[in-house]
Amino acid sequence: MKDTFDENAERKAWMGLLAKAPEGRVAALLDAAMSRPEFTWLRAPEIGSTMVRGRAGGTGAPFNIGEMTVTRCALTLASGEVGHAYIQGRRKSDAEAAALVDALMQGSNASAVREAVLDPLEAERFAAKTARAEKAAATKVEFFTMARGED
Amino acid sequence: MYVAVKGGERAIESAHAWLAEERRGDTDVAELSIAQIREQLKLAVDRVMAEGSLYDPDLAALAIKQSRGDLIEAIFLIRAYRTTLPRFGASDPVDTGAMACDRRISATFKDLPGGQVLGPTFDYTHRLLDFKLAADGDVPEAPTRESVPGDVPHVTEFLNREGLIEEAPRDDTPPPDLTREPLGMPADRALRLQALTRADEGFTLGLAYSTQRGYARNHAFVGELRIGPVAVEMEIPELGFAIEIGEMTLTECETVNQFKGSKTEPPQFTRGYGLVFGQSERKAISMALVDRALRWEELGEDNVGAPAQDTEFVLYHADNIQATGFLEHIKLPHYVDFQAELELVRKLREDAISAQVPEAAE
Repeated sequence: MKDTFDENAERKAWMGLLAKAPEGRVAALLDAAMSRPEFTWLRAPEIGSTMVRGRAGGTGAPFNIGEMTVTRCALTLASGEVGHAYIQGRRKSDAEAAALVDALMQGSNASAVREAVLDPLEAERFAAKTARAEKAAATKVEFFTMARGED
Repeated sequence: MYVAVKGGERAIESAHAWLAEERRGDTDVAELSIAQIREQLKLAVDRVMAEGSLYDPDLAALAIKQSRGDLIEAIFLIRAYRTTLPRFGASDPVDTGAMACDRRISATFKDLPGGQVLGPTFDYTHRLLDFKLAADGDVPEAPTRESVPGDVPHVTEFLNREGLIEEAPRDDTPPPDLTREPLGMPADRALRLQALTRADEGFTLGLAYSTQRGYARNHAFVGELRIGPVAVEMEIPELGFAIEIGEMTLTECETVNQFKGSKTEPPQFTRGYGLVFGQSERKAISMALVDRALRWEELGEDNVGAPAQDTEFVLYHADNIQATGFLEHIKLPHYVDFQAELELVRKLREDAISAQVPEAAE
């Protein structure tokens, strides 16, 4: 399945990025770039949970680890695009901003939104991940063999 | 006789008011913020999330503040809150092979692709109190080194060419959920793993230790221990595809255990598995040892009668909220029960005394 072309890959990528953004960040980037478009709620922001699963042995049968909090919402822009958000945590205003970005990314303004919101989010996320990975790399053990004076 | 008892309200209100005051402590000392607890008592937050069975660091930090640091009380608060949330669905199983490892070690294989990454560990510290922490909180920046991007494969995946380690073949059976159906016996491995991952750390540690000391010994080695964030994906029905809805730090432990073979299985290394919310490596290792001990039946091993092999005993006593609920309820009013016991003891005494009196008179 992984080899087939995924027509939703782009949208999956931006929705994932929006879900993992730090608190308030999507709204700040969006509001700095443009005024918010008119919209109506399809589903007002709602807080709930998702049961998170793992696999026995990492690869075997699934089991339930526990839940995580999730906020979701859906809205329609005056121009007709429907935006959805499912984001981690209890963050109604962040869900609203994420759904707006999701809707705007389907409209004529998509490239401006990508540049103003998604690109900086991606860059910040990459920087944070890299910084952590570099600290982990510094704790990697380098074994060396000591010559023993037995022979 | 039934006696209605009222009159505790004022005392209870005063007790709660005093509790709030004691929780705050000396007002000359700055108040703790949720963010401070979340950032600086992270491992306590992780434990509350794991045993509270809800991943939300801010809520866990709030629960720790409210409970004055009593972690079981905090877990209780999280469990209670959890029941108020509508369930949106279940995630796809997380891919721990794609974890961005903060820590990844193996006690069985020295040279492994991806290397031994120690991460922010207490191991190798001298366990001496650091009085500098009491004086000032400045820390120098941790060193960095160029990292190699890409997934870090599981140890067992690439070291099992000889087939000496038991496989965990992919299976997509929907798992049972003890938050929806009461825990019942027999419990399959998926149900056991769910119960163990939210089980009390101390209880799980004690049981795991008992297997090491010889009660159903299973010679565990830590094949791999990894800690780090993984993405959580869920199918969204209104979209028709799965998206990442967030990210969480997990601790995963795989043990490889010596196994001489049984009637049904050839000699090989078998595996125990632990996967826990947050950075919780003591719990993850304990979980893997207890998981392995509980697998005696499916591996065709003998039941030697050890506590860690007794699924019913382990699962029904591992939940600290059930345990503390039942234990602590005995401090609440039992006046009527006790009155009945008192009457019974008085009666038994009277009978015993009156039975002795004729003998004494003789």
